[in-house]
Amino acid sequence: MNARLADQAERNARAPGVAEGLQPYIEAVDGISRLNLLVDGMHCGGCVNRIETALAKEIGVVEARANLTTRRLSLAWRDDENDAGHLMAAAERLGFHVVPFDPEKLLGGDKEAEKELLRSLAVAGFAAANVMLLSVAVWAGHFQDMGPATRGLMHWVSTLIALPAIAYAGIPFFRSALNALRGGGLNMDVPISLAVILSAGMSLFETYRGGEHAYFDSAVTLLFFLLIGRYLDRRARGRARSAVENLTALAARAVTVIEENGATRSVSIDAIKPGTVVLVAPGDRIPVDGEVVEGATDLDTSLITGESAPESVSAGDRVFAGMVNLTGSLRVAVKAVGEGTLLAEIARLMEAAESRKSRRVSLADRIVRIYAPAVHLAALLTFVAWMLFTDISWQVALTYAIAVLIVTCPCALALAVPVVQVVASGSLMRKGVLLKSGLALEQLAEVDTFVFDKTGTLTLGRPELVVDGSWNKDDLRQAAILASASRHPLARALAAMSPGSRTASGVEEVPGSGLRLDTSIGERRLGSRAWCVVEDEDASIDPELWFARAGHDPVRFRFRDQLRDDTAETLQSLQKRGYAVELLSGDRPDAVAYVAKALGIEVWQAAQTPTDKTAYLEGLREAGRKTCMVGDGLNDAPALAAASVSMSPATAADVSQITADIIFQGDRLSGVALAADTARRAHRLVRQNFALAFGYNLLTVPLAMAGLVTPLIAAIAMSASSIAVVLNALRLGWRR
Amino acid sequence: MSGLLYLIPAALLLGLLGLAAFLWALRSGQFDDLDGAAERILYDDEDR
Repeated sequence: MNARLADQAERNARAPGVAEGLQPYIEAVDGISRLNLLVDGMHCGGCVNRIETALAKEIGVVEARANLTTRRLSLAWRDDENDAGHLMAAAERLGFHVVPFDPEKLLGGDKEAEKELLRSLAVAGFAAANVMLLSVAVWAGHFQDMGPATRGLMHWVSTLIALPAIAYAGIPFFRSALNALRGGGLNMDVPISLAVILSAGMSLFETYRGGEHAYFDSAVTLLFFLLIGRYLDRRARGRARSAVENLTALAARAVTVIEENGATRSVSIDAIKPGTVVLVAPGDRIPVDGEVVEGATDLDTSLITGESAPESVSAGDRVFAGMVNLTGSLRVAVKAVGEGTLLAEIARLMEAAESRKSRRVSLADRIVRIYAPAVHLAALLTFVAWMLFTDISWQVALTYAIAVLIVTCPCALALAVPVVQVVASGSLMRKGVLLKSGLALEQLAEVDTFVFDKTGTLTLGRPELVVDGSWNKDDLRQAAILASASRHPLARALAAMSPGSRTASGVEEVPGSGLRLDTSIGERRLGSRAWCVVEDEDASIDPELWFARAGHDPVRFRFRDQLRDDTAETLQSLQKRGYAVELLSGDRPDAVAYVAKALGIEVWQAAQTPTDKTAYLEGLREAGRKTCMVGDGLNDAPALAAASVSMSPATAADVSQITADIIFQGDRLSGVALAADTARRAHRLVRQNFALAFGYNLLTVPLAMAGLVTPLIAAIAMSASSIAVVLNALRLGWRR
Repeated sequence: MSGLLYLIPAALLLGLLGLAAFLWALRSGQFDDLDGAAERILYDDEDR
């Protein structure tokens, strides 16, 4: 039977099993079942419309609602009229790949936190607008003889609005400040909470004794501004993260188990025990570590070894979770699952490296460790000095001390970093670079060494035919007839070079060896050197296919994993900016040397295992270098975690994408240089912003200590400094 | 000045109405898919 038909039959046989694996994702209430699906390939309003319309037409469907932002689809139907497998098949027919997911596990808490911020923001906005309205009247009253009774009324109304609003909208800050204090540390939220609470408290006291000045407007506008920064920050990060999570969930698959009576059954990966025999169809990823019991095939091992050329395996060979089966179907006896696999070993290495990384502290937190004590000391000094050197009452001296705390309230300081990060991550996202945390940008600005993986990072990770004169057009056309019947990456690359070539019927694929076709003028073979019986021992560093036919000498097709279009350009521009560039690959030394030479990279290491890579990066770190690791394979994941900051292409293994701080999309490497550039500029802007914020404090703190700051001056100075910081951050988006 | 006695409550009430409307919209999921809503309007749904 044709190899392709055999695969198809195998796939069809598995189809009914799909619905069984779905059970944990379906929620059934009162005869209505609900299912959440991730939709791969939904990019525009047209796709949303097609999916919703098609599914709504299915029998029994009560709701089909797609969310374009998160690429998710929520389905509800009457159990007795339809089933999940059928509905998913309907979506697949439209050309979208759908995968069920558990909404609780994906982003559950994050979405709630985002909504809480939005609610707080709305409350703070309402209070800020109304209190400011009353405050403007009071300020105008200072110059137009407003009576104390009217002013008192205004203050009391402000109190009634501001206090509940602060109590509600301040919760995100208070909670975080409390956590920091409990842990014995300080973060930006400590001075913020203190200033807000003290200014509200003092204003309440002033209002109670009928005083002239209340700072309610400062307290609520401060909260309002800060919440805007917080919300934008959270949203930008949430989006990048959900994009990555979707990619991960799409790869999750059920496993096909072969029972002793020969029947197949689809089972969740968690339920597999060692000793079970599982079926791995061509095109599938091997889910377990094990030994081949039946079948022969070529495996794409790039995930584990970083090696680009496929490896042939047959009965008795060891295979590892994460390898992709390319040509023939395999029966694998399970040796290890879950925690026992090589894959899990790599994950453990990665966790160890991650825990070292979590000790990184953001720039803002480092500054606040100096800033907060200094401010609190200044307030104390103010109080003590007024008490010692003048004869004013202690209440007034306390008022002055609190005024110092209020004007130094780090509004501009707290906005300095998040605003720049929001602008930077927004502009990078539009160019296809996703930032997973603001911290990554700070780390990237300090990097001095870029370490690249080879396969899939510098190269596209897929072989392409080399035009070297050893074959002619007729050889290619004839070979493509055989090649187009196979899934093997080299055969595919060959077929792609001869578009429109028809496939002959009767092509036989011998997994691990090659393809064979009997024609009226003799047998034709396409495959390995041995398969085509070539005795020539000319060694080649590149993967190759031989084509043999009666009456002709065998010809050789050489393949090379091509560099990305802009690899050379990107590396040059990095080197020109003073970064050291190194190459760290799991591939064979001769293949790595060739690429390093072509790209002008002087420092390179080949045949590196995941452990070697991690050790190498640790070595660089101990030598005082700040590294950025760029890699895509699972074998790179621990190294990605060990570097100060890491990047992955969007085609990378899921684990790598989760580990990496920055993901770049598309076939181009220029995202790396772009991110490095943006990080440096963002770093410069952050420092300018800190300078602006400090300049503002230098100006207002002496005024406050001298007892000259009124609520009007505080409101103007605070808004002016915040606006200056925001405008400065926006410059990042203006250039280019 | 006695006008303040009803003008301030009236202003606050209007503000509160706006706030309540926003919180209701947030709760009913209108901010969940900002990209989709913008494009959805371009497609007719009479044939559903």
